[in-house]
Amino acid sequence: MLNYLLFIATIGGIYGLLALGLNLIWGGTGMVNLGLAGFFALGAYASALLTTTGHLPILAGWVAAPIVAGAAGLVVVLCTTRLREDYLAIVTLGFAEVVRLVASNEIWLTHGTDGISGIPGPWRATLGREWFNAAYLPILLVVLVAVFWLVRRIDRSPYGRVLRAIREDAQVAQVAGKAVLRYKAQAFALSAAIAGLAGALYGHFTSYIAPDLFLPLITVYIFLAVASGGVGSPAGALVGAYLLMALLESARFFVEYIPAVSAVQRAALKELLIAVALILVLRLMPRGLVPERIPRAPRA
Amino acid sequence: MSLILQALINGLVSGALLAVPAIGFTAMFAVLRFPNFSVSGIATLGAFAGYVAYGAGLQVVGSLAVAFVIAGAVGLVLDRVAHLPLVKQGALPAAIASIASGLVLENVVRLGFGNDLRGYDRPIARDMHIGDIRFSPQQFETMAVALAIMLAVFAALAFTRIGKAMRASADNPELAALKGIRPQRIAMMASFVGMGLVGMGGMLLGLDSSIDPLTGTRILLSIFAAAVLGGLGSPLGAVLGALLIGIAEEGAVLAVGSAYRAAVGFFAILIVLSLRPRGLLGERAF
Repeated sequence: MLNYLLFIATIGGIYGLLALGLNLIWGGTGMVNLGLAGFFALGAYASALLTTTGHLPILAGWVAAPIVAGAAGLVVVLCTTRLREDYLAIVTLGFAEVVRLVASNEIWLTHGTDGISGIPGPWRATLGREWFNAAYLPILLVVLVAVFWLVRRIDRSPYGRVLRAIREDAQVAQVAGKAVLRYKAQAFALSAAIAGLAGALYGHFTSYIAPDLFLPLITVYIFLAVASGGVGSPAGALVGAYLLMALLESARFFVEYIPAVSAVQRAALKELLIAVALILVLRLMPRGLVPERIPRAPRA
Repeated sequence: MSLILQALINGLVSGALLAVPAIGFTAMFAVLRFPNFSVSGIATLGAFAGYVAYGAGLQVVGSLAVAFVIAGAVGLVLDRVAHLPLVKQGALPAAIASIASGLVLENVVRLGFGNDLRGYDRPIARDMHIGDIRFSPQQFETMAVALAIMLAVFAALAFTRIGKAMRASADNPELAALKGIRPQRIAMMASFVGMGLVGMGGMLLGLDSSIDPLTGTRILLSIFAAAVLGGLGSPLGAVLGALLIGIAEEGAVLAVGSAYRAAVGFFAILIVLSLRPRGLLGERAF
């Protein structure tokens, strides 16, 4: 039971990282990243390959993953920043599909759909499975708190105010002399990097990754987390992520008790529930549980 | 050489089928101003509605009509209930909600039919050969149906009152409203017809292969690519874009194998956005 709770807390923390990353651009600049699962996968694969095939230490993987994902994010956003936001939505969605295609087909590199197993975890061999789970959670929480601190700093800094100004009206921000394009590109790349870091932490925790673990469904999860927590509020993103975890797990138990349904139908019911929840949250509580607080402008 | 010619013909055929949902998607975008991602779920729904109708004894055309009505009606309800109330906040919340509703439809179909591949039980016909080039008569039948649908859509847009009203409303909603065109009615019409076309597209693309709950998700990127390539909001552009995407996809199969066929749409979008961001025919070629 304790082990189960540790597992849930860790996965919830990884979703929390993804939610913080998404919130930075969705709440910050009003851009969306529908390819979140792709950047998550990219980070997971980068770190897993460097530490298995590349024999590098785990820490190197954790450093490389956000760099790789951030660079990919920069490329994606630079292709579309001149256009309206709906194009970015379409392109990012495609990006995640391409990542999954490459992961499934470049077997020499990624072992295809078999996935990569035996990804090392810190002190996994010496600790054993249960103690490993107990030791990993604090590591994850340290990273989570660090990222939370970072995005909150950004949120409350002059930089964050510029991002908000861009969200409210990019033209006005531009007229005020802010380099809108640069701000957007930086924010998007940072957000992608956070997703990549989350991917690396995920792979080293579960020790196994495969293309099927990075379905677009993950992206929907994270949108649900951010929307229910409150778009634009970093604390809300964390609340939303653990709420999502609670919903996912209770949905799992709930569908177990429905008589006469097959495993496929159970999975379908679960996805259905999440999707309906997202629609309801967007429709009924657009400001979320922890509504965004716009800090008062400092007096000059 | 004959390989290339064969790929070209296959590409034109699949492009013609793809054009049907692409017109639907782009027309909805022109009027409702948000990218509706639930086309994935609606295409799946249309494919299964057509499948059930065909199994019940209807012919291809009758089954397509069933697919049109069911997909259109469900699409209209989803737009009213889940997407359009959010457009006030911007295009993106509506787009996100539409991803969720696409997922809802996909899983409703999965609840009813499971994950198995299903095929339309069409009578088997012998392929025709001209030189080395292979034609299947059914492929051409499907393509002819797709072309007929397209002709009907364009005729309706050009000659009927409601078609003209739709074009006016897409071009300038305020001016159209001043002229007495009720925006609410136009929006509902766009949802119904647009999603109906997407539903028929799902069935058309399923006719020659097989269908499963992910049918719509697999063609989603190709539909977007066709619409973006032609210029978002331009039905004629969508047709042109769909033909080009169809050919490019078959070409990619020839060049790098079928594994990366699904990536063609993505790269086409990236290239178009970098070189000619408004698409081949521009955004307002309605």
